Amino acid sequence: MKFDNGINLKKEDRNILSLRHLYEQYGFVHYKMNKFEEYDLYVSNKDFLSGDNIITFTDTNGRLLALKPDVTLSIVKNYREAAGTVQKVYYNENIYRPSKSTKTYKELMQMGLECMGDLNLYHISEVLLLAAKSLEALSDRYILDLSHLGVIRGFLKELNLQPRHEERFLSLLREKNCHGIQTLFDSLKIDDELREKAIALAAAYGNMDSVLKTLESISLNETMDRAIEELSTVCGVLEEQGFDNVHLDFSIEGDMGYYNGFLFRGYIEGIPTGVLSGGQYDELMEKMGKSSDAIGFAINLSLLEDYETNVGSYDTDVLLLYDSSASPAALMEAVQELVEQGNTVQAQQRIPEKLKYRRLLEFDGERVKEVIHDIEE
Amino acid sequence: MTSKNKKGKKIINVALPKGRLGEKVYDIFEASGFPCPEIREDSRKLIFENEDAAIRYFWVKPSDVAIYVERGAADIGVAGKDILLEYNPDVYELLDLGMGKCRMAVAGPADFRDNTGRTLRVATKFSNIAMEYYAGQCRDIDIIKLQGSIELAPILGLSDVIVDIVETGTTLRENNLQVLEEIVPISARLISNKASFKFKNKEIESIVKKIRRNINND
Repeated sequence: MKFDNGINLKKEDRNILSLRHLYEQYGFVHYKMNKFEEYDLYVSNKDFLSGDNIITFTDTNGRLLALKPDVTLSIVKNYREAAGTVQKVYYNENIYRPSKSTKTYKELMQMGLECMGDLNLYHISEVLLLAAKSLEALSDRYILDLSHLGVIRGFLKELNLQPRHEERFLSLLREKNCHGIQTLFDSLKIDDELREKAIALAAAYGNMDSVLKTLESISLNETMDRAIEELSTVCGVLEEQGFDNVHLDFSIEGDMGYYNGFLFRGYIEGIPTGVLSGGQYDELMEKMGKSSDAIGFAINLSLLEDYETNVGSYDTDVLLLYDSSASPAALMEAVQELVEQGNTVQAQQRIPEKLKYRRLLEFDGERVKEVIHDIEE
Repeated sequence: MTSKNKKGKKIINVALPKGRLGEKVYDIFEASGFPCPEIREDSRKLIFENEDAAIRYFWVKPSDVAIYVERGAADIGVAGKDILLEYNPDVYELLDLGMGKCRMAVAGPADFRDNTGRTLRVATKFSNIAMEYYAGQCRDIDIIKLQGSIELAPILGLSDVIVDIVETGTTLRENNLQVLEEIVPISARLISNKASFKFKNKEIESIVKKIRRNINND
């Protein structure tokens, strides 16, 4: 994308602009929200937020409010159902969550979209396509991992484990911990065939075609068959559109009390954790009294900023030193001229200690002249 | 640091735990086709690279391996299950190397009588493991976090019991302590950063496969 008025748009700003443009192209409408939300909304959906650390405060009228730790819940709350249609919104908001490493709250810039209503595989494919396109817009080296909870749910049905063992199995699946599954299943005396299939499911990773083949050989029941069928349809669409950076992977984390169906996560090379996460959350809709389906994703843009390596080596192109005798009008003219040549300029009387500049120029009141050329290079 | 070698193969960064276990782990990597002989020389170097094998090793403190891997400074690494349970890093656990075997256990004086009528005082380095273990029993405990010489705590009456790694049990015996309950068996695991697993999938899967073959032959 080209911007007329300047070269120095920060990467983050550029990302936001290109993503907004992308979502609007596909009919998503911008949804602007209040910074605050009723605390109640989060209390009843703690597991969805994976944690109940929320910044709260009492409003002037005595109501307990919170600084948003999540956007999806607010959108779902305000969504009005209309049979047979879908509502498509995107947002770009700051959210507040505790950081795992510092154990203090952090402000994160999140961008995402939600598609709610009578969904079919077209809508799901569209959202996944946009997830892939979003990643593509952020970096040319990305991977979108795709999972389907129907596969896991169908598998659990056959295993028929006690809740705590089920929990354990799911956490091993998330770790791709095949030896752990082996040990667990041996201790539970689960037969060899199921064990081998569970291990194959945990180990499955890679391009759509090869994993779909593995899945077909793992499938145990209709639930799994249906999920595999859906995966196969959607993968077909993505492939058709030329997106082959999509991999299937069943280690993606998603609380089954909220999510069902498709679950996905996007990675960008150079960033050690996922930057995009999303999924189908019909269960959450139901919990909040809506009968529609829903799918959406969010991108953690702050993460991109944290790992931005190309931060530029200079604060300014030109440092223009001037004498106190220089008249403001003449100095302004000199600066203007440099700006018009496409430079960023800082006029100073002395060289600031930490300033990194490309060229050092001097203004003697009449003319601009070179002091030292390209000293930084 | 370059991420590819001259042949265009992606270089895999491996965090090895400093110490005896790390040296044994390196032996396995070497036997699996990822040698870097320089590493055996006595030097102060921190990073060792074999460009042809597309591998780069570095020694880090054992308890830091998971951090290097979770944050992507290392693509893969070897960490004890104790560290993984304690810090719960967001990584893939790809292989049980079956080395450095020991167990996480509750230990106390040989004549210890568990007074269930009051809060149990537990001294440990592994506070999360201890808390989770006792939470599973609905037992109210007080954690006394120590960095070393854990065995001293029950002897001096600082705690009732300790939660610690037990290898042979010699230290416990010499201090008139014994294992009271076993929490979980521990061994070294090969872990991988989640994003690296995706972007360097072929390379990592190939390392895992070769190492698995090697440890199964032992």
